[in-house]
Amino acid sequence: MTDTAPPSSAAPARKGIFQSLEIDARLLGMIGAFVVLTLGFHLLTDGRFLTPRNVFNLTIQTVSVAIMATGMVFVIVTRHIDLSVGSLLATCSAVMAMTQTVVLPQTFGLGLEHGAIAPITILVGVVTGALIGGFHGYLVGFLGVPAFIVTLGGLLVWRNVAWYLTRGQTIGPLDGNFQLFGGIGGTLGETWSWIVGLLAVAATLIAIWQGRRSRISHGFPAKPVWAEVVLGGIATAAILGFIATLNAYKMPEGVIRRDWERLGCPSAEDCVIGYGLPISVLVLIVIAVVMTVVALRTRLGRYIFATGGNPDAAELSGINTRLLTVKVFAIMGVLCGLSAVVASARLSFHSNDIGTLDELRVIAAAVIGGTALSGGIGTIYGAILGALIMQSLQSGMAMVGVDAPFQNIVVGAVLVAAVLIDILYRKRLGVK
Amino acid sequence: MDKATPLVELRDMQKSFGGIKAVDHVTIDLYPGEVVGVLGHNGAGKSVLMKMLSGAIQRDGGKILINGEEAVIANPRDARRYHIETIYQTLALADNLDAASNLFLGRELTTPLGLVDDARMEAETRKIMARLNPNFRRYSTPVSGLSGGQRQSVAIARAVYFNAKILIMDEPTAALGPAETRMVAELIGELKRQGLGIFLIDHDVHQVKALCDRAAVMKNGQLVGIVNVADVTTDDILAMIIAGKKPEHLAA
Repeated sequence: MTDTAPPSSAAPARKGIFQSLEIDARLLGMIGAFVVLTLGFHLLTDGRFLTPRNVFNLTIQTVSVAIMATGMVFVIVTRHIDLSVGSLLATCSAVMAMTQTVVLPQTFGLGLEHGAIAPITILVGVVTGALIGGFHGYLVGFLGVPAFIVTLGGLLVWRNVAWYLTRGQTIGPLDGNFQLFGGIGGTLGETWSWIVGLLAVAATLIAIWQGRRSRISHGFPAKPVWAEVVLGGIATAAILGFIATLNAYKMPEGVIRRDWERLGCPSAEDCVIGYGLPISVLVLIVIAVVMTVVALRTRLGRYIFATGGNPDAAELSGINTRLLTVKVFAIMGVLCGLSAVVASARLSFHSNDIGTLDELRVIAAAVIGGTALSGGIGTIYGAILGALIMQSLQSGMAMVGVDAPFQNIVVGAVLVAAVLIDILYRKRLGVK
Repeated sequence: MDKATPLVELRDMQKSFGGIKAVDHVTIDLYPGEVVGVLGHNGAGKSVLMKMLSGAIQRDGGKILINGEEAVIANPRDARRYHIETIYQTLALADNLDAASNLFLGRELTTPLGLVDDARMEAETRKIMARLNPNFRRYSTPVSGLSGGQRQSVAIARAVYFNAKILIMDEPTAALGPAETRMVAELIGELKRQGLGIFLIDHDVHQVKALCDRAAVMKNGQLVGIVNVADVTTDDILAMIIAGKKPEHLAA
């Protein structure tokens, strides 16, 4: 058959810089918007926005929504939606709160602050999320109830299951080890943060190098060497810069005076300690890497995207799309469980309204991050960036002193505008 | 032709949708190295009949025999196990994925760690495309950006790559220009020489006359008749399609 490709496919004599780097233009646009946003707030707040303290707070506030947004990418890519994630988070949080404060100490006789409480609690929370998510997926995939309806029902059901489980009470304080996943209460400290940062740099560079070697060994065109070096350099600078910023956020003197011996200070005075990487952010990074590998390098991920692109074709290719739906919603449930760990640990207690309206933030993060509701298109890093943009917008406006109603008006308008820009961009490229 | 054991026997196949008999007691067989044309108006039941063989539709009654033994085909995966490959009229491509991902969809090559081996799949895709469509270059773009002919060649490559023994082609040339149609015709000839059995659903009577050994004509879900293409004229076949009657000189 003859090739009748449009002329644009002919290789141009000289490629542009961004073409050589092979960076997705949409990613570039998002990063650009994020940079403009943060610099804008930095100026408007007289330099209070891009301080180590605020960057630290911004990242730990983003984690809970970002974790769920990575799962929402899979849900939306398969042409479904999950409106129940905030309520599911509340149920997981309630189950975990009761597990660690009532069930394990009273029924199983584990003393308060027993070392096994946190791991068992987290396992229980994750399994709860997986079961509920899988049940949603079963209703959608095998019984044919639209995901919108199943999860709209779930929004009401799980919010109130959480209420019933806790009698509407605030449950706390939570287990001390459990609270380490909350953010400021659990950070790696400066040395370990650098070690994690250097490991991340090494992993990134190895991944770039192996990708290049694989393409060359098969005789495919590879990026020019300078482009690989530039990409590796940018990634290294970004990772180490991020770690340096978090390490630059120093613990207040009061905190050190209270706890100087455990923190390894020679005395209560004149001791400077940086917080470093929060454990919750490390959890998010690990989840992001795992979800990206699942999306791009596993059969499950390939089938998720194929089903989103053309469900009939996926079915005819022998993919069990019903079971796939169960898996996708179960993954979403697991992530709600993990998100509940981070969210309740950050508060140090379970509250009845935990996760309220999170479904909207999570969906917005995925959509701002370039996930198409028509299915088949979306990235994990985009969703995380989307969550970061939303959180920056919200915190920034609060710092500038924008009235509360206007904050939500702006966030809502930005969501619609982001999707509109994406549609216009795709139209110009002539792709769906 | 080897009349010993047919490659495929569709016996007394039945399928109803609501009260309508889409396929009404149809029996057709297919021998190795044979091309059987399946003809009829829209709604005659030819696609439904073929989809029962490819596992996309479940039959209400009847039997499928492969190499003389009864076959269990409950879904497309089962059909693939019997080396039945189908090129659907809609092509059944995931538009958001590239050529290699589509070619290996459901049968991905993996690394020892169980991860999808994109590089090896692209290499294999380049090999088979070099044979089917030497001008094909666009390996890293989603197939939504390809021309009709390019998309068709990806769908054909997918059917041919996995050593099919039985091939179902649902109007493979409907969306193609003359040059591309000629290449498909050549490919059908080559596969036939390799001993594959091919069911070819087609509207073009002249093409059926040129490519097929036998023609099975359907009307309103029933089989009008099966004729040796060499024994009839195109007018005879058209008469069968329109009137639903076998020509007089063959009716005996």
